[in-house]
Formats: sequence, C-alpha cells, structure tokens
Amino acid sequence: MSWLMTLRVALRALGRNKLRSFLTGLGVVIGVAAVIAMVAIGDGAKARVEQTFASIGSNMLIVLNGSSQGGGAMGGAGSLPSLTWDDLRAIQTELSAVREAAPVLRAGSQVMSEDSNWNTSIQGTTPDFLRVRSWPVALGAEFTQTDVDGGMKVAMVGQTVVDKLYGPNANPVGQVVRVKNIPFVIVGVLAKKGQSPFGQDFDDVVLVPVSTFQQKISGGLKNFIAGQIVVSSRGEDGNARAQQQVRGLLRDRHRLSLDADDDFQIRNPSEIASAQQEGTRTLTTLLMVIAAVSLLVGGIGIMNIMLVSVTERTREIGVRMAVGARARDIQLQFLVEALALSVSGGLIGVATGLGIAGWLASAFGWSMLIRPDVILIAVGFSGLVGVGFGFYPALKASRLDPITALRFE
Amino acid sequence: MAEPLVRLEAVTKIYRMGDVELRALAGVSLDLQPGDFTAIMGASGSGKSTMMNLLGCLDRPTAGRYLLGGQDISSLSNDELARLRNQTLGFVFQNFNLLSRTSALENVELPLLYSNVPAAERRARARESLERVGLGDRLDHHPNQMSGGQQQRVAIARALVNRPRILLADEPTGNLDSRTSEDVMALFQALGQTGITVIIVTHEPDIAAYAARVITMRDGLVRSDVRQAPRAATAQAGQEGHP
Repeated sequence: MSWLMTLRVALRALGRNKLRSFLTGLGVVIGVAAVIAMVAIGDGAKARVEQTFASIGSNMLIVLNGSSQGGGAMGGAGSLPSLTWDDLRAIQTELSAVREAAPVLRAGSQVMSEDSNWNTSIQGTTPDFLRVRSWPVALGAEFTQTDVDGGMKVAMVGQTVVDKLYGPNANPVGQVVRVKNIPFVIVGVLAKKGQSPFGQDFDDVVLVPVSTFQQKISGGLKNFIAGQIVVSSRGEDGNARAQQQVRGLLRDRHRLSLDADDDFQIRNPSEIASAQQEGTRTLTTLLMVIAAVSLLVGGIGIMNIMLVSVTERTREIGVRMAVGARARDIQLQFLVEALALSVSGGLIGVATGLGIAGWLASAFGWSMLIRPDVILIAVGFSGLVGVGFGFYPALKASRLDPITALRFE
Repeated sequence: MAEPLVRLEAVTKIYRMGDVELRALAGVSLDLQPGDFTAIMGASGSGKSTMMNLLGCLDRPTAGRYLLGGQDISSLSNDELARLRNQTLGFVFQNFNLLSRTSALENVELPLLYSNVPAAERRARARESLERVGLGDRLDHHPNQMSGGQQQRVAIARALVNRPRILLADEPTGNLDSRTSEDVMALFQALGQTGITVIIVTHEPDIAAYAARVITMRDGLVRSDVRQAPRAATAQAGQEGHP
C-alpha cells in the first residue's frame, strides 16, 4: 500500500473517533503550545536585553574614582578623587588590551534653544567617547581633538534633546544651544541609542569637549578627573584582560601596597549581560525539561489509546490480513495513525502557542520572537513521540494471528 | 483430467494447548478442480474450519503438503501468503466482516489497496464488482444501512474484486434467512459457472444441496466425498425489502 493511501486510511480511522483523537492529541498540543509560547516570550525578552546591552557597548569598562572615608563613614563610589589625567594618558598609551579611553565629566543643567528649554545631562568628553560607546553621529560631524585642545564651545546633542529643543526630526546642526547661558554651536546630532536596561534614556544628553566643560560648566579639580573614564577593550576576552591591565596599572601608579584596597573601581557592564544570559540559559533548560515531560505524558496517552484501538479493531485487522494486507502494511497503518495524532497535535500546539504568545505580548507589552528552528524542533519531536510510542501498539497489531483476529468478539 | 487447482496430500494440523494435543486434521488428501462447487460439511469440531483456514492460506499444515496451483504453500513466507490471499483467494464470512462506517464501495476496494491498484481503476473495479452482485445502486451505503443479505453480497463483491481463482465461504448463510440464503447460493452457482472454484463450509444439508460435490468430515478426516446433481437456486434479488 502506498504511503499516501496509508495516510488517508489512518486519517479516516482517526476521523471516525474525532473526540477521542482530539483528546489523545491534547497532551502533545498542550506540551508543544506551552513550550512555543514560553520560548517566543523568553526569546523576545532575551533579544531585548541583548539589544540594550549592545547599545551600552559590549566591550566597555567604566573606571570610577574611589570612595572617600571620613570618621568611619564610607562615601559612595567616586566620592574620593583618585583618577588623574596622567592616569588616563597612561591607560590610553600603555595597555595592549585597551583600544580607546575617554574621560566623562557630568553635570545636570538647563539648556536653551531660541524657543524652548530643557534640563539634561551635560557630559564633557573627547571624540574617543563615541568610539568606546560605538555611537555614530546621525547628522553633522563629531567635535574633534582640536576642539578639545582649544576648549571650543561646540556640542553634540542626543535625539531626545533635539526633540525637546527643536522638535522631532529637526536638524539643529549649526544652531546655537545655550548651556548655563553659554552659547555652544551644535556640530552634530548623535544617532538614537535608546534606553539602558534600567530605563535611563541615553539620548537625553549634550556632549561637549572636556576642556570646555571644565572651563565653563563645572570647574572641578585640576589634576583629578571629577568623573569617570570609559575604556573599550580589544581582542578576545578583551574586557577581562583590559580590566586586569587597568587595575594593575592604576595600583602601580597610585603606589598601593599589596594589602591595600583599590582606591578606584572598575565596572564591567558585560558581566551584567552575561549574568542575564546565564539566567536565560537556565530558563531554556527548564523549558526543555517541561517540554520533555509533557511530550512524554502525551506520548503515553497516545500509546494507551493506540493499544485500545488495536484491541477494538482486532476484527478489522483480521479482515485486512485475510484480504491480503501484509504484517508490515498493518504495522505501518497503526504507526502512521500514531504519527498523524502526534504531529497534528504538534502543529495545533505550535499554532496555539504562537496565539498565546501573541496575546501575552500584546496584553502585557512583552516582546516575542518567533524562531522557525524551535517550531521545527517541536513538530519534529512530537513526530518522534508518535513513532516512539506508536511502535509497540503497531507491532502488536501486525503480529496478530489472522484466524484469531477474525474470530475476535 | 486437468491439473488440480488444489491438492492436499496427507495434511495434518495439530494444535498444542499446553500439554494437550488437538489433532484438528488427521491426514486429509483431496483434489479440487477449477470450477468445482464444493461444500464441506461436518459437525463442530470435525475439522472443517481448520480445513478452511488451511485452504485460505491463513494457516500452514503441521505435516503433509498443500499445493495451490502446483505451488507448495508451506515453503512460502508470510508476505507471500498474504499475496496469495490477495490475488488468488477470496473470503466470505458468516458475519460478513465488513468495515463499519465505511461505504460499500470502499469495503469492496479494500483488497485492491493492498495490491497497489491505481485509484481510478480501483473505483471502477469495485463498482463493477458491486454491480455483479446486484448492488450497483448501493455504492455509498454503509453496512448498518443494509440488510444481512445485502451485506453478504457486499462481502462477496469484496471477495471477487481481485478476480480470485478460489472463493472460500465460511457458513455464508449462517446469519441469513432461508430466502436470502437461496439468493446468495444462486450467486455462488453463477460464479461457479464462470470458472471460479467455490468452496463452502456449512453444517446445513439444505445449503450443501446446492453444491456439485459434498465432502463430509468427522474427527479430522474425510468421511465421504460425494458428487451430486446440484439443486438449482433461484435468484430473487431485488425482491428483498429495504432495511
């Protein structure tokens, strides 16, 4: 008997007991639907996290000043100035794992255009900052090292600031923005970068040369950096090596004895990302276990019903054998029935799962990601379940003695 | 005389149930010619059903030889036996054994599914076979929509659809009233005249009277083997009431 015919015969047999076939396949439907829905939501969340961490800069370190200590009370991170401009130059020039390093000084300030004003974060830095953050310029140009050296009153603005001061999609390049009533010429608009994983708006920023920042906006200290240094690393394992090198260099330059604590801090945002990924991996493993268990239960249900079906249809099997069905025809027929049950259960499960994921995503504003490979694996697995659990009942059917089968009541 | 279609040579069949040996056939020798209309009679336990199963290639003899068309079936594999049942033999059972919730046409198509006949030809042959038994107007009826006589004729159509050389009928009239029985016997006689070898197992002398040869069995042995002038059955097909 041809494959197509076997499939048709199997589908007709299942169609004769629609409710029972549906209930039998339900175990697989629920298992597959749960997995598809959870993977779609989980992958959506994961993709979102990865996207935001990529926007921070994946191979970036942040070096902060140390914490002050007065009368036993510890100050917060960065409260004790310890990083010097010479430290920065040393980091830039002496370390093999460091690609670029840039100072970042911050101050909150009111900024004004001709028509509007806005309170934003003013950051004094160098052009290397954009390389460290992998942050391109959308309109105009970056300010240059010459601007930094000359203490020029130029600025690059983030998208949020553009929206607030000049309106959406405006091009403010060449216009004047007043920071603390000091006019800065806008030379460039930064590309949109979005939010940090913790909801901070990266685009709500005005970048100015660090020298200008110190002279005009926030004086700070002469020799120390009253802010932080952002460092980008190079090469494989760059972050870890750069962190080690920067730490060694700074301890050396600050002449810290072996048992002294660091008088600075190094933060590695990619560690947060990898912790997040670790969490996702655990979740994925858990999902796989749930999937395996539910498919196992679904498979046992299929096997149970197939065994019942073989017994019920003993006479039919006898008739088929009497009119010329070979053992393998009978075996194939029952195997294909089990397969059809489980695969259609799997397909319905995929559709249901995607429906649930879509509903959850729209109802709670979660992201979802449909992965074709997961869908294929889910359907493939349900097929395997059908073959695995359908094999024994099919074998049992094919081994029936036609004489006994024909007399079966 | 022509080469016999069926030849049994000292066939025995022994069933073992634990320590008990049941000698269902105790050395039967028999020749059947093409076109013979034979009735096998006997009380229950006489071995006639075992004989039927052997002749129908559903079972193999314990000892002795069964030659079907000159071929020794004890040397054949299960798949080859299935092929013989499909191509050379047709079965009719006492309880019809039709597939329920399946139309007459599809029931008749069943043997053709297992011989890879293309769909269009399958349909045509099944229709032709149903017309031959007088059910050309019942193609789409399901077994539960038909009378016993109609169901049995569907079963006969199914047995005939692959153009077998031998038709085996096990108590084919056991579940039918006497008038319907005569219809069915008339059909068998007509088939016999087209050269099909018809073998009927029955315990009713009335039914055996329609056969040209009556073999009576007792205790696994042939007790008598009589050729007779068959009583002619009159077909009354079509007069049967609708269910």
